[in-house]
Amino acid sequence: MRRSSPEGRRLAARARAGLRALFAALAVAAAPLAAAQGSVSEEIAKYRAALQDGNPAELWEARGEGLWRERRGPKQATLERCDLGKGPGVVKGVYAELPRYFADTDRVMDLETRLVWCMVQLQGYSEADAKRNPFGSGNDKKSDIEALVAYITSESRGVKMNVPLTHPKEAEAYGVGEKLFFFRGGTHDFACATCHGEDGKRIRLQELPNLVTKEGAQRAYTTWPAYRVSQGELRSFEWRLYDCFRQQRFPELVFGSDAAIALTMFLARNSNGAVFDAPAIKR
Amino acid sequence: MKIRASLAGDSTEVKVLMSHEMETGQRKDANGQTIPAWFIQNVSVTWNGKTVLSAQWGPAVSKNPFLSFKFKGGTKGDKIVIHWVDNRGDRRTDEAIIA
Amino acid sequence: MDGGRRAILRSAGQATLVALAAAAGLIKPEDARAEGWNKSAFDARSLGEALKGLAAGEPAQSKDIAFVQTPEIAENGAVVPIGVASALAKTEAIAILIEKNPNTLAAVFDIAPGTEAAVFTRVKMAQTSNVYALVKADGRYYIASKEIKVTLGGCGG
Repeated sequence: MRRSSPEGRRLAARARAGLRALFAALAVAAAPLAAAQGSVSEEIAKYRAALQDGNPAELWEARGEGLWRERRGPKQATLERCDLGKGPGVVKGVYAELPRYFADTDRVMDLETRLVWCMVQLQGYSEADAKRNPFGSGNDKKSDIEALVAYITSESRGVKMNVPLTHPKEAEAYGVGEKLFFFRGGTHDFACATCHGEDGKRIRLQELPNLVTKEGAQRAYTTWPAYRVSQGELRSFEWRLYDCFRQQRFPELVFGSDAAIALTMFLARNSNGAVFDAPAIKR
Repeated sequence: MKIRASLAGDSTEVKVLMSHEMETGQRKDANGQTIPAWFIQNVSVTWNGKTVLSAQWGPAVSKNPFLSFKFKGGTKGDKIVIHWVDNRGDRRTDEAIIA
Repeated sequence: MDGGRRAILRSAGQATLVALAAAAGLIKPEDARAEGWNKSAFDARSLGEALKGLAAGEPAQSKDIAFVQTPEIAENGAVVPIGVASALAKTEAIAILIEKNPNTLAAVFDIAPGTEAAVFTRVKMAQTSNVYALVKADGRYYIASKEIKVTLGGCGG
């Protein structure tokens, strides 16, 4: 191979320098745009990080633990014998394995429906009373369910999601949930997938997780329930689904309905393997 | 209230979460009526009886207020007492032990 | 924060005799407090009025007042984390003022001797605005400011 001449080397060096200058110029031109995008999401990340220290969800967790242990209802009983899937009274790690099939009711249940069932069975409440106020608003209208959800889910913090799919009804719930996720309807012809079925979507500055991917489902599911600062309330996963339906202009998602359980099953199962890290705090 | 008091070097760090609506008095309800202002006005934090921080708040402090600060001194087992009074005259006192 | 909920020692949060008397119309709630609350400062609707209510005169700009752990963008104006640290000697008080809020003054903290001159809290911001940290140190007033943007979030979260 012919060795390059000093002249050739100088030309090559100049060419490289020229290319570097060109790239530098392009980078500088692009930098304000990229930096602007980058710094906005950086600052929002800082905002979210600053909120983590001192999560008002802890106030709900404390109230929920109190409700779990307090004698209430016509039977004046506590919830301490409630079986959330790992045996009567066991709360540690149960949320990581919900929703699941329960033999005593012969159906798949999520945490909220199971809590309602225990309030009815153990404490003697009517189902209507137990379901009366699922989503609280303000200090005058607190939701017992939300407090109980906060407590029970906090006992799964740090646990890997491990939702079962062994019983035929669990598989059926998953299948129904998946169908619902992609089902287009309502006045806007939206499906969950419309907003949550692709990468890179957002509403204003809110990035929308792609729930069809494993990472998207994991990140989303493991951070609910959450203290929603815009609501000033601790919100459960059923609330999240209810509010999505509202925003999709779908008919109201009934609290504790099979549709809610099925969608939860679909998303919870998709998050398997990820570490549960809630109650969290969100915008 | 959730109070955490922990030693940080030769100081004590106090973090508090209070449960309060902190209603601004600017909002209207579904019937168009203004929801009256309801917020914590005075906060005091004492350590073994000595006031280490006091505050006057307006309704612009966020709902379910969070407060964090440090003071020099403190040993495990010392008592931190936090007291608030709101504009309705309601008051609440809670205490915690430095851990 | 780590540790258990069980660390809370709860005392009964009962309405006091004072509150009951107030409810009965015997005394006005505003009179009932021994602690004092600077109504004229908290009612002020501008920075100037609030400084007047605080008798802060014309505070000097100071580089010794820092906003700590205070993001430049708040995803939601209902909860904006604000931390103020003062390196000024003999800091006695720190106040947080939000220019574009309906009432400018958000909070005033009295720093006892031996307490670190740094407070962290969360405030409501009606819109993107300058936030002012006012410090009273050794009898004089100093001020620093930072703009915090408030965005309108999306639907979910």
